Amino acid sequence: MQISARPMDKTTILDISGDIDLAHSSELRRIVLIEFREKRTPRVILNLLEVNYIDSSGVASLVEGLKASRDVGSRLILFGLSPIAHEVLQLSKLLTIFEIYDTEEKALEA
Amino acid sequence: MHRAGWLLQLELPSNPELLSVVRSAMMRLTEELGFPAGECRALTRAVDEALANIICHAYHGRPGQPIHLLCRRTEVRAGGKERTGLEIVLIDRGAAADRKNLRGRPLEDVRPGGLGLHFIQGGVDVMQYQRKARRNRLRLVKYLPAARPEPRIAKGK
Repeated sequence: MQISARPMDKTTILDISGDIDLAHSSELRRIVLIEFREKRTPRVILNLLEVNYIDSSGVASLVEGLKASRDVGSRLILFGLSPIAHEVLQLSKLLTIFEIYDTEEKALEA
Repeated sequence: MHRAGWLLQLELPSNPELLSVVRSAMMRLTEELGFPAGECRALTRAVDEALANIICHAYHGRPGQPIHLLCRRTEVRAGGKERTGLEIVLIDRGAAADRKNLRGRPLEDVRPGGLGLHFIQGGVDVMQYQRKARRNRLRLVKYLPAARPEPRIAKGK
């Protein structure tokens, strides 16, 4: 998995590629928590277009990121979910608790 | 019940980096056996999560510990009908599982963690855990749908 950050005005987009699984989810968690807890970024957008697979540890990292965002009054937004990633969030009954958009443009407009 | 020979046997260390390799193998195997696409994903996810549980809970994150993964075709006769399925057995030498943690948690409780067991149970028809001779043995079975396409892997003896 690779993560690169695109800081913008009051927003950071994290471009993620690869699998968010047990081998890599802790790295995603660490980076997202830094954005909210240390940098106090008002809005973090996760670009999941290049993510092939998310396991339960990946879902847990997303939930923890969401809780951290709410703790500091920020927002965590997802876009570009693959059908497999969508399926995992659906099975977890978490689709409705995340802000999810199809494209980066729509995520930025939100 | 009739069990054929092993279709796939893997000896792997408890290293998270290898999970993607196993996922690829399981996806291909389930496709070859004729499972529908959604069930291939669900079964692959179940095995992935079971392995992650072994790494995290049985071995407490220690890499290099042994995990044995076995897959074979299984056939059972129920109600006068024969059902073909895939039996997966995972064996490790780590700490015993706490049986009260084998029930999962309500999904309405939105919090990190605890989803893995839900994914395992959702992906298979049978889940059996056994602790014997200081080893954990998890048996998973998924049956092919009744009206299934002809499997592409020939039946073993």
